[in-house]
Amino acid sequence: MAEKHKTEWPVLVGRATGVFVLLGGILLAASLCNATAPSENAVPSIFEPHSTPAELIRHLSYFVLVITGLIFLVVFILLTYVIVKFRNKTLADGREPAQVYGSTQIELAWTIIPILIVVVLFLATARVIHAIQDARKPATAVEVTAIGHQFWWEFRYPALGIVTANELHVPVSDPAHPTPTFLKLLSADTDHSFWVPQLAGKTDLIPNRVNETWVDPQQTGIYFGQCAQYCGTQHAKMLLRVSVDSPEEFAAWVQAQKQPAKQDEKEIAGRHVFETTACINCHAVGGTNATGRFGPDLTHLMSRSTIASGAAENTPENLRLWIQNPDAIKPGSLMPAMKLSDNDLDALARYLEALR
Amino acid sequence: MSSDVMATHTAQISTDRTWLQTLHEWATTVDHKRLGILYILLALLFLVIGGIEATIMRIQLMRPHNDFVSPQVFNRMFTMHGTTMIFFVIMPVMFGFANYLVPLMIGARDMSFPRLNAFSFWLTALGGILLYFSFVGGSGLYGAGNAPDVGWWAYAPLTSRAFSPGHSTDYWTIALLVSGFGSIGTGINLIATILSMRCPGMTLSRMPLLAWLNLVMAGLVLISITPLSAAQIMLLVDRYLGGHFFDSQAGGSAALWMHFFWIFGHPEVYILVIPAFAFASEIIPVFSRKPIFGYPVMVGATVAIAFVSLSVWAHHMFSIGMSSYSNSFFVLTTMVIAVPTGIKIFNWLGTMWGGKIQFKIPMLFCIGFLFQFLIAGLTGIMQGAAPFDWQLTGSYFVVAHFHYVIVGGILFALFAAFYYWFPKITGRMLNETLGKLHFWLFLIGFHMTFDTMHIPGVLGMPRRIYTYEPGRGWDIWNLIVTIGAFIQGVAILVFVANLIFSYLRGPKAGNDPWDAWTLEWSVSSPPPAYNFASIPTVASRRPLWDQKHPEDPDSRYE
Repeated sequence: MAEKHKTEWPVLVGRATGVFVLLGGILLAASLCNATAPSENAVPSIFEPHSTPAELIRHLSYFVLVITGLIFLVVFILLTYVIVKFRNKTLADGREPAQVYGSTQIELAWTIIPILIVVVLFLATARVIHAIQDARKPATAVEVTAIGHQFWWEFRYPALGIVTANELHVPVSDPAHPTPTFLKLLSADTDHSFWVPQLAGKTDLIPNRVNETWVDPQQTGIYFGQCAQYCGTQHAKMLLRVSVDSPEEFAAWVQAQKQPAKQDEKEIAGRHVFETTACINCHAVGGTNATGRFGPDLTHLMSRSTIASGAAENTPENLRLWIQNPDAIKPGSLMPAMKLSDNDLDALARYLEALR
Repeated sequence: MSSDVMATHTAQISTDRTWLQTLHEWATTVDHKRLGILYILLALLFLVIGGIEATIMRIQLMRPHNDFVSPQVFNRMFTMHGTTMIFFVIMPVMFGFANYLVPLMIGARDMSFPRLNAFSFWLTALGGILLYFSFVGGSGLYGAGNAPDVGWWAYAPLTSRAFSPGHSTDYWTIALLVSGFGSIGTGINLIATILSMRCPGMTLSRMPLLAWLNLVMAGLVLISITPLSAAQIMLLVDRYLGGHFFDSQAGGSAALWMHFFWIFGHPEVYILVIPAFAFASEIIPVFSRKPIFGYPVMVGATVAIAFVSLSVWAHHMFSIGMSSYSNSFFVLTTMVIAVPTGIKIFNWLGTMWGGKIQFKIPMLFCIGFLFQFLIAGLTGIMQGAAPFDWQLTGSYFVVAHFHYVIVGGILFALFAAFYYWFPKITGRMLNETLGKLHFWLFLIGFHMTFDTMHIPGVLGMPRRIYTYEPGRGWDIWNLIVTIGAFIQGVAILVFVANLIFSYLRGPKAGNDPWDAWTLEWSVSSPPPAYNFASIPTVASRRPLWDQKHPEDPDSRYE
């Protein structure tokens, strides 16, 4: 019996190593996988923050990881010691071990020490909660209203008069002259959650409720995120990207977005298709009589790099496929299949491709 | 295990009565032991079904942009998997063991209310059937006849008629309502039994910890299932009588449902885990050959956990935009619960310290339970820190965390209980070799799946997505998770094979195969009808120890 069980120790040691690999791996994997060019941020790791709220959270999380790691080490060493030291002692002599019923001193020790740890953790956490949630909005802040829809994002900039979808543009924020973006979060239908891991933690978008979050990204580039609260069939492809622009780029983008839709006389046929079919029920095109609000605003469709809330690249082929058969790209989305004739589809696609 | 013993055994069954009579006896039984077995068999059936649903999800997520199943099917799978595992696997199996063991351990002949007991079981079974009938009779977010697809916590307003037309959500609601009444019945029954049916000499302070912990669990059932039932009725009112509790399109509150659900949902975690603690508290002492360390503290810590667990629900809702003060309050209560939980882990270690640890299969599973529950508790502390949770909630990290609790903690303790009490229930030992194979396979599969699953979470992968974009650094981790899931599946097959094989051909167990100390081991295996020919009298927490060691009885020290 004794020999038989000795074989288990290498495995137990292996298990221990496995856990260290886990704890270390969470950190390492996060940083290693992210070794791409900084402007790409392909891996939205919470340990690669580029904005104050995410940065504060990373600090807190390292602190919590160190404390829980130490607790793990202590208890794990104790457990291993107990298993090895008191393992499988033969009962052949018929003698039971000493029957010990408890010890008040020891119980007190392992009650009071954890209480002290809890106090420390609580205070550290409360400080970060306050720092993030109760941050003051500076006068230079950009204000955005984000509205969650099944299954896309509407972004409105009330002070700038801009409406766009799925791709949020914000200015980079220089710590010396901060220009953070404050988002007011609303929902048009079910619950959603705004999550761009490298910029901030999640905040939900809940109908009949106004939530807020803020970001102050300190590095330009594209940051990926997506809806993090199950919102229905196509929750998975309610993708989100934040483009952090330099001040000049952002100003140029704002200037372009403020313009009404370009009306090209050549595309009058396509515009006619748009305005006389179901398109107009859901989509708006600035400066025309298309004012629908159930779907994304298409005034500057071609300024966006994706369609279908990030589910597909914004290419002419994808756009045509999306119009004719949305289920091929995003089954269960609320966009109906338009079933247009080839002529109408060509005209409509040309019209949309002119909306820059 | 001679074949003629087998033959007589089979002969007895077949000559005494026809299979129809046997079936009739089981269907109309009010015996606590038979109802216990029925609960356990029901749970095993649903465990296999829930496991198949998990496997379908894991195949789908094996690689990015996979199209093994449609989003509609995937959404049904995670809804059904969660609902099944919580309400129709872990709860019934825990009720089953409580039903079987509590009367035996407190020296009673049955539960207080045997017919209520049978009624509760059949309500639970009916709930399970209703839930699965939705595959035939319901229709979901996306139309024709199918299972609910609103997630197991069914957040409003996704459940309102505007977003959930058809009846799939109704099947979900009514299944939980019906099985909830069953749970409340069992809760009442356990409390009454434990308070009023103890044998002479068994004061509350001499009760086995399993009975104590099930008493606390039953109290939690009464307190927490009721708000869930209330919320389900409100949802039905919304859907059929024009109410607007949760219907945000008409001014109702989506956040109200979250509060109702998690006021149930968090104590529910402890309803599931406290019986697992109970198993560990009975099994670890026996295989360490020592009494439980700090019995009064163990009882106190359990009551403290139950009490504090009623005030932590909103830590499931840190991201819904509560004020910084509310968030801080729930951080504090959440972290406080770690203290009594830690005390329990230390007391189990104290029990093993200085013992002579016997590595039988139940003990192997208990050690796995201790180790994994420790890690689950620590990742719980991480999520208790609200800002950290803003990153972790709704991601695969939280999925890994609660599977660590439910699989790594509860299921491991449950397997320990199966190997420990199977001889009592069937009269036959489970096979050791298959048991070891089961343990090691499941351990490896478990760690492969759920250690790895933390990583895509911190890399930004949300839960409940049927597919994901390539190039986000999630691919390889998802592949490893899926491989681990298959290894766990094989381990479960080994376990089921062991149950069947050992039931038919296992060696006879005898009354007391583990040299244990509580009353259930004083009667034959399986125990006779009505358990005790004459009601025993006890003088300590370990009546069989006193019997075996008359020179040094426990009663001298307690």
